[in-house]
Amino acid sequence: MDNVDLARFQFGMTTIYHFLFVPLTIGLGFLTAVLQTSWHRKGRPEDLRLTKFFGTLLVINVAVGVVTGLVQEFQFGMNWSAYSRFVGDVFGAPLAMEGLAAFFLESVFLGLWLFGWNRLSPRLHLATIWAVAAGGVLSAAFIMAANSWMQRPVGYTINAQGRAQMTSIWAVMTNTVFLWAYVHVILASLITASAVMLGVSVWHLRKRNSPEVFNRSARLALIVLIPSTLVNLLVGSELGVVEGTYQPMKIAAAEAQWNTCQPCSFSLFQIGGGTRDETPTKVIQIPHLLSLLATNSWNGKVLGLNQVNAQYQQQYGPGDYVPNVFIQYWSMRVMAYGGALVLLIALIGGLLYWRGSLGRTRWFLHLAVWMAPLPFIMNIAGWMLTENGRQPWIVQGLQKTGDGVSASVGAATIVTSIIIFGVLYGALAIVDTVLMTHYARKQLVREDERPEESPGELEFISY
Amino acid sequence: MVTFWFIAITVLWTGFMLLEGFDFGVGALHGIVGRDEVGQREVMHTIAPVWDGNEVWLVVAIAGMFAAFPGWYATGISALYPLVVLLLIALILRGVGIEFRNRRDSARWRRGWSTALILSSLLAPLLVGIMLADFAHGLPIDANQEFVGNFGDLLPGYSVVTGIAFVAITLLHGAVFLSLKVHGEPHERAMLATRVLAPVAVALVFAMVIWTHVVIGHGALLNLIELIALVAALGALFLVLRGAWGWAFVATATTIASMVVTILGDLYPNVIISTLNPANNLTVHNTSSGPYSLKVMTIVVAIFLPVVLAYQAWTYYVLRRRLTQA
Repeated sequence: MDNVDLARFQFGMTTIYHFLFVPLTIGLGFLTAVLQTSWHRKGRPEDLRLTKFFGTLLVINVAVGVVTGLVQEFQFGMNWSAYSRFVGDVFGAPLAMEGLAAFFLESVFLGLWLFGWNRLSPRLHLATIWAVAAGGVLSAAFIMAANSWMQRPVGYTINAQGRAQMTSIWAVMTNTVFLWAYVHVILASLITASAVMLGVSVWHLRKRNSPEVFNRSARLALIVLIPSTLVNLLVGSELGVVEGTYQPMKIAAAEAQWNTCQPCSFSLFQIGGGTRDETPTKVIQIPHLLSLLATNSWNGKVLGLNQVNAQYQQQYGPGDYVPNVFIQYWSMRVMAYGGALVLLIALIGGLLYWRGSLGRTRWFLHLAVWMAPLPFIMNIAGWMLTENGRQPWIVQGLQKTGDGVSASVGAATIVTSIIIFGVLYGALAIVDTVLMTHYARKQLVREDERPEESPGELEFISY
Repeated sequence: MVTFWFIAITVLWTGFMLLEGFDFGVGALHGIVGRDEVGQREVMHTIAPVWDGNEVWLVVAIAGMFAAFPGWYATGISALYPLVVLLLIALILRGVGIEFRNRRDSARWRRGWSTALILSSLLAPLLVGIMLADFAHGLPIDANQEFVGNFGDLLPGYSVVTGIAFVAITLLHGAVFLSLKVHGEPHERAMLATRVLAPVAVALVFAMVIWTHVVIGHGALLNLIELIALVAALGALFLVLRGAWGWAFVATATTIASMVVTILGDLYPNVIISTLNPANNLTVHNTSSGPYSLKVMTIVVAIFLPVVLAYQAWTYYVLRRRLTQA
């Protein structure tokens, strides 16, 4: 492994880890706000108990999300200083805007929400959780705008020093890749959080803990989960078309399509198909489906890896422009099949709820708990697909990944920091899991039975 | 425009050290001032609602450097790599320490997180101080704006003293904050802590400010900001001994702010000095983004910074009440 591989490994590791928490907290922020709104409007005590219950899970994960997000903020400078110098003018702006417009909102109001139960009027207090939810949704917008610029650079010019310089913030913020990717990520966040909410709720239903309360949260989770999953399968497919327009390699590699085809079939899975294996055994091919997915037309033409590679060699000079095909092929399928599975389970759950037998159908109560980790795996697969599919570029068509690393940082330094972050993140994962399991399994306490635990102040969460 | 952005970055760093400064101090002192579990919980309650919002100042300072001065961000962070890793470890442990410390009813769990919290709250201001001081002291930077030194180059005497001065002043800042915020026995211990810490902190601030002037200042006389730092530090000592906690807090806040402004202000128009050749110095001009990007960012800052200040100030107003042990 050379410096580039090490730096990529570190970035991938820390970013994937950070993104386990991001969608969960964005989605849970929204769901908690919905629960509190419902309590505020209808005054049902169950809704208040659920607000506090899921609010606790939110806070635990925000803590890890926030501190691992700090690492992200420094990482571009640490291992990718050549990249940072090259793109800072364009790429830095959305990051700074994220901090100012979104991250402040989320962090300041989360603190106020936690400690404001008895200090703010109910209306104002409700507004603070919505500010938290809005902060999360907004911050994703800026981050996705920055990321989408790496997939499809727009609104810039290359200046005399050979650096990218922004010419239109409007172009950066209305990048088609960004708009689709943003909707995709927000829906993924709702899916992640509602799958967790459903999993926790059915676990309690199975244990017959406060069934009248957890029936309500299961209902809310299903109401969010079913349409989000359905729509996101379509949005994800459209995002594929959009990205395929600007990054044909990404889509060709996702289908291990070595040579141009028209019309193109989609294989359910394949045997073989390593990095340089051009003749994998494709199993169960569905005619026309790839054309449809990649181009939105029945007989659309999909460029093959060899053809795009030849074209890029002419355009950008000699080299290998094919990303890791194995990762592309399978990450795409993990996401698509996972999404279909989640949708199926959610629909069954919806049907059971509608028939009023959700709490009695024990096999489903088991199944839905085990579904909760699925969206996390799909989230990881989604990032693998989109970032690995961009390789060998760090900014599509402008800078190669190998040219983006820090010249002054040696392999030993990167390895040391990988080990340190690895150990620390591993320990954090254990602690977070322990706490999540502890709080997710906790019985609900009735409002009137709540013991006064903290000195003087009645805070539902004590420090 | 580049000057405006240099000022903006200075304001962001100042805001971070000013606000997170007392969080660091409180975190480091919570064991001593709180002593038993009830006391420690009361102490931690003073910062639990606000630390996260305070830390965003750092995020925005770093992202602002990335956006407005990519060259400063790229060279600075990659040169300071080992210190950055340590700083991140400290900030990670601190953040989760505050949030997780009291989430399990186990003395071992709490003790573990308390230890992590104390160490990381001491380490973070030390590292921030060293990093800012390194920019002023200078690093071996070649003509391509690349760092060509080793770990030893990151720890000159001046930077270490600056780091320690930041630790001392954040401890004092935190102790004064606690004297304002808590009651009963923890209050007594917080007041005692301020009296012990104040003389030490003031001596270190004097050393740091004068050394900064020697390293990077212009002319024989101290400039206005450096003088403000010294006067505010002396004022803090005087007010601590008088027991005027409100004004003492203003004084420690002013001291921290003027310490940050001293370093960055004396550094301007440079952003990182090169110890190899003055021609290699990184400046606001040779590291900055283009005028269009800076203009966009200026509009964003002009809109959002006042809004952020308003709601963050409002948060402190809502949470202003002294904690009572009833």
